[in-house]
Amino acid sequence: MGCMTFYIFNRKGRCQYYHEWQRLKPIKQGAGSQDEDFKLMFGLCWSMRALATAVDPKNPSKQQMGAPMRIGDGCSFNSIKTSNFKLHYLESPSGLKFVLTTDPTVGSMVEQLQYIYASLFVELVAKNPLYTPGDAFLFEPFSAALNKYMRTLGLLS
Amino acid sequence: MPAMYSLWIVGRNGGLLYSRDFLPLPPIEFNDKLRLASSWFGMCGIAAQLSPVPDSSGIQLMQADTFDLHSFHTLTGTTFMLLTEPHTPDATELLRTTVYELYCDYVLKNPFHEMDQVVKSELFDHNLLALIGAINRRWGVGLVQQ
Repeated sequence: MGCMTFYIFNRKGRCQYYHEWQRLKPIKQGAGSQDEDFKLMFGLCWSMRALATAVDPKNPSKQQMGAPMRIGDGCSFNSIKTSNFKLHYLESPSGLKFVLTTDPTVGSMVEQLQYIYASLFVELVAKNPLYTPGDAFLFEPFSAALNKYMRTLGLLS
Repeated sequence: MPAMYSLWIVGRNGGLLYSRDFLPLPPIEFNDKLRLASSWFGMCGIAAQLSPVPDSSGIQLMQADTFDLHSFHTLTGTTFMLLTEPHTPDATELLRTTVYELYCDYVLKNPFHEMDQVVKSELFDHNLLALIGAINRRWGVGLVQQ
């Protein structure tokens, strides 16, 4: 089992979709409650993104740290790794944030997250007439397709 | 092309103790550096807390579009951050062996150094620049003239 949890945040930071395949450390021992977990996770990704933009050694015309940024501006980050897990991150042009946590041994998942966005999310969620952009959703075809894709990647047994 | 950009040392309470660029980089304001260092320190704690697996360490590596940020947490709580070109080999190993050794030898063994105070050691500076400079030159990247 390589994959652990998956989050989709809308551009305002609300969690639209959450799925966990395995979570060995219960949320109670981490953030406390599910809501807190979403908030902290979004905060972590948002601050990491701000940090990556501020540190970026290749952009000579950086804005001051904390200045408001447009979606997609500046340098973004692809993953962060600790001793026990790796967090993969993708921000879509519309500001949706896809966060996948896996085993630390998993390599780059940039293309895979891009595929989840373009071929699963857009096809099965964004084109679904019952979907209100920005709201939480729970669509069976999307969950099934996500599980199937994880299985083909070998991250889920 | 692999290259090492800069080294930051963050103290046990999240303060920036040392920062040094090895290549000419667009400057970051000193106040921003302080804020970045302490937010990195905080985010390492949050990442460990949010981990889906028990007993996670802080962040060891952040891969961004244009750089890699390697981070090494010592047992005593000091954090070393090394900013490199993406996919620079052996950076983690370099931090936890050679750079840490230099820090122990030239900073911690200095009788005038106090824990969690800004690192001002000419020997440390000199040896660090020589070490990273040699690595960068091996990859064909120039060193900042001090």
